[in-house]
Formats: sequence, structure tokens, C-alpha cells
Amino acid sequence: MKKEIIISGFGGQGVLSMGKILAYSGLMEDKEVTWMPAYGPEQRGGTANVTVIVSDERISSPILSRYDVAIVLNQPSLDKFEPKLKPGGILIYDSYGIINPPKRSDIKVYSIDAMDKAAEMKNSKVFNMIVLGGLLKVCSIVSENGVEKALYKTLPERHHSLIPLNMEAIKTGKEIIKEM
Amino acid sequence: MAEQDIVLLKGNEAIAHAAIRCGADAFFGYPITPQSEIIETLSQLKPWETTGMVVLQAESEVASINMVYGGAGAGKRVFTSSSSPGVALMQEGISYMAGAEIPGVVINVQRGGPGLGTIQPSQSDYYQATRGGGNGDYYTIVLAPASVQEMADFMDLSFELAFKYRIPVMILSDGVIGQMMERVVLPPYKPRRTEEEIKKECPWATLGRTKGRNPNILTSLELQPEVMEKRNLRLQEKYKTIKDNEVRYETHFCEDADYIIVAFGSAARISEKAIEMAREEGLKVGLFRPITLWPFPSDEIAEISKGKKGVLVTEINAGQMVDDVRLATLGSVDVESFGRLGGIVPEPEEIVNALKTKF
Repeated sequence: MKKEIIISGFGGQGVLSMGKILAYSGLMEDKEVTWMPAYGPEQRGGTANVTVIVSDERISSPILSRYDVAIVLNQPSLDKFEPKLKPGGILIYDSYGIINPPKRSDIKVYSIDAMDKAAEMKNSKVFNMIVLGGLLKVCSIVSENGVEKALYKTLPERHHSLIPLNMEAIKTGKEIIKEM
Repeated sequence: MAEQDIVLLKGNEAIAHAAIRCGADAFFGYPITPQSEIIETLSQLKPWETTGMVVLQAESEVASINMVYGGAGAGKRVFTSSSSPGVALMQEGISYMAGAEIPGVVINVQRGGPGLGTIQPSQSDYYQATRGGGNGDYYTIVLAPASVQEMADFMDLSFELAFKYRIPVMILSDGVIGQMMERVVLPPYKPRRTEEEIKKECPWATLGRTKGRNPNILTSLELQPEVMEKRNLRLQEKYKTIKDNEVRYETHFCEDADYIIVAFGSAARISEKAIEMAREEGLKVGLFRPITLWPFPSDEIAEISKGKKGVLVTEINAGQMVDDVRLATLGSVDVESFGRLGGIVPEPEEIVNALKTKF
């Protein structure tokens, strides 16, 4: 098993930390992982993306031309990465602010209204965990259990009380993701 | 191996963890993107409370390298880190260290240039690193890590080589390796050397004159040309010993290959993916990855490229290492160059296309 994933959106949406949790979950399940951010002058509202590779075998390049999975959280990211999906690949997008939805018919497209759901839950910070939940539903990369372990491992102890809320967001994401 | 020693770290963070674990005595540095996580992580880990290691943010890169000169001159395991424009500022100090034969470690997490350039990854300091960089006839040992694991592993190796040969050692990394996170097995803790151990291992060190011993003087200055020539010849002799003993490299899929890609650091990782893609299309390509950029694995490249249809040197610069590959092969094989510049990192697909169009 090897999954090559791009997560892309606005800075401040939790793109990099979602990738980090995914990578750490892979590590918890004894897999090879690589997390490569497109780093730049960091600012809220700028663009941010991260390539995450989770594999049973040794990983060659941290930088890729084609992806198995693209999670795109704004229009520029959708425009940039839809063409870079492998045939049969998975595209996940939040329809919030998307004017031109995906067009390709040789990929699987899923939409997740995570922005709206996070607002409904009155906690914009769980947005990225809702999206991560959606990903776990449609693509077997790591288990929910692995994610929970990763959260305990990466979050400082004073924040451990927030982990149940995050796990709930993941469950919500699994429920609300829909195939287009 | 205890479970907590396998972790997910950025290359820069791995350097900081490994340095503390391998018994470093001091770090002197000045922040610059994309390597600031080194000093940030060292500051978070507070090694001065555990191993006694000193971590100091100097007022500039020039100050940092001269602090390394002083600390390493006293036989301590001392290092500094910076990115391209900062390492350019350090060249005077590195040349002085080479002249005075002082064993310090310098890490360059390269970014695009020239000048202040960009903060994105690059490998355009290859010439500077492998040709000495400062004034005078000298070399530094140059190690090129291609993974977060190697960032951790090369820290101890650099100190070992530096003290074995009394020579500055450079870890030539780049923004890709510094910023990416990978699974890494951290080395076990090794205690810092005691004063007694340093006295025994480094009889040349300036530890304070004791009764009955002549003063140790560490300087690159010598005004008598006859003496200076002798010193230079001795340095050249040392460089030859290093060339004979310390060449390191790695090969992948070379046995049945028609073409060879030569690449170091992050470019080697990207090339490996390109090779996987090319082989799916039936193009038989292999990878030769120099790990030491100086001493350069010239003989090994000459040997492996015998009878091949072509050699593609892939770098994240305008073509620098390609000169060394051409010198190694002396026209016996077609050597071509591919690279992206100014902070753009090539994608694997571009390398496959370069292979198809250049040969």
C-alpha cells in the first residue's frame, strides 16, 4: 500500500496540521511517511499545501507530479490539483466558495460541507478534522484508532481534553462526506 | 531500541536532536529561513539543563563561525548552521579554520540565490561547498544528506570526521530536506567528552598552558613563505588521505541500466521517483548518489558509467556537479545536465522528460 496525497487550501485552515496528523497516524501504524510542505512567507489567507505520502515500503521522492488523493479546500487549489490526479484517483473538496466544481469523469469526486458543519458545531477549529474524517471514510490510509493515538502523541497533555471533540469531528466528517 | 526514539521530525529538528545526543558541546548560530528550526528546536530542548551543551544566538553569521573557531580550537564539539546567504558570510571563518586545522561543523540548508535570493530550496552552493568557498588552497569534507534520517546520522559522523582529520566539515542540505518531516530513528545518547578525554584526544587544543608544555598556537597566519609552503603541502597530503579513505556513495538499480542519473540530496530522492516512472515505460535507468561531494566519488562514477548510453546529472541549480561528473568520465560517455533554478524544485515527470529529450 502506498498513498500519495496532496492537501491544499488557504493558510489558517489547518492544512499543514491535518497533514501532520495524517503522517503521525501512519507512523503509529508502523508505516513509512513523508510530509512535505510548500513553505513560504506564512500568513492567514495565503495559500498553503502539503504533500503526504504513507507507504508500506521505502518512499522515494517527497515531491510528486501525480497524486492518488487530492483534498482541495479552495478554488485555486481545485484548479491546480484536479489535473494532477492519477486516473481513478480521489478528489475531495468543500463546496464552500467553489464556483467551478470538478469536471473530470475518470476520477472519484467527493464533496464535504465541512466549513458549514464546523460553523454549526460552533467551532471553526475542528474544520480540518471533519475533512480528515471524510478522507478516512473514502480511502483506507490509516485507521481512526491510529489517528487517536497520533493525537495523544502529538498534542501537549494540557490539550488532551480536546481529543474527544476532535474524534467527534472525525466521526461527523465520515457521516457527511458524499459521492458526487 | 526504545519506542520513543522513533519519531516524526523535520530535517532541521532532527539535526538539533542528533547534535544533543551525540555529545555536542556548543551551537552558535543566527536564524535564517529555511533552517531556523535548528536553533528553535535546540532552544526548546534546553540541552544546557541536561547535557550542559551551550546554545547561543550570536549577533551575526560572522560572529557564529568565529565562535565555532574558538570553541573547536579548545577541542570542543562545536557547530553552526545557516542558509546560503549566511554561509557566504561565514567563508572567511571557514578558510581560517582550514588553515589553522580546526575541526568544526557547518550546516548549510540551502536556498536559492544569488544574493539574498529566495527562501525556497536550491542546491546552488555546490561549487562554493566543494571548492573550499573561501580564500586559499583548501577543502572541507562535504556530506549531502538525502533524508531526515541522514540529517540525524550525519551529525555524529561530521564530528567524527572533523576531529579525525582536524578539518571543517560541511553538511550540505537544502530547504526540501530541512523542511520535510519523515520517520527517523534517533541515535542513542553519548556523553559529552570530559576535559581529560579532550586533553588526550586533542593534544593540539588550546586548553590553557600547563607547566612543562610549550603553548599550543592555532593560527592560519605564517609570514615565512618557505614554512607556509610546507604547511600547504602537509594540508594537500591530508586531503589526499581523505580522498583515499572517505568517499561515500549509494547506487540504485544500476546493474541492468542503460542510462545513469547522478544526483545528490533532495534531487536524488526526486530522481529515484523519476527512475520508477521511467522503468514503468520500459526505460532502464539507474541512480548514482554521491554522499560525499568532497571527496567526490570520481572513480566510482567512471566505473559505473562504462558502456552506458548516457549519464544525466540532475541538480537544483544551473549545472555545477555536472562538471565533476564530466571530469570523472573524461568524454567516455555522453553527460547531460538538467536542473531548475531560483527556488523551483523539479518534479519527477520533468526529469523523465529530460531523459527522453536529451539522449
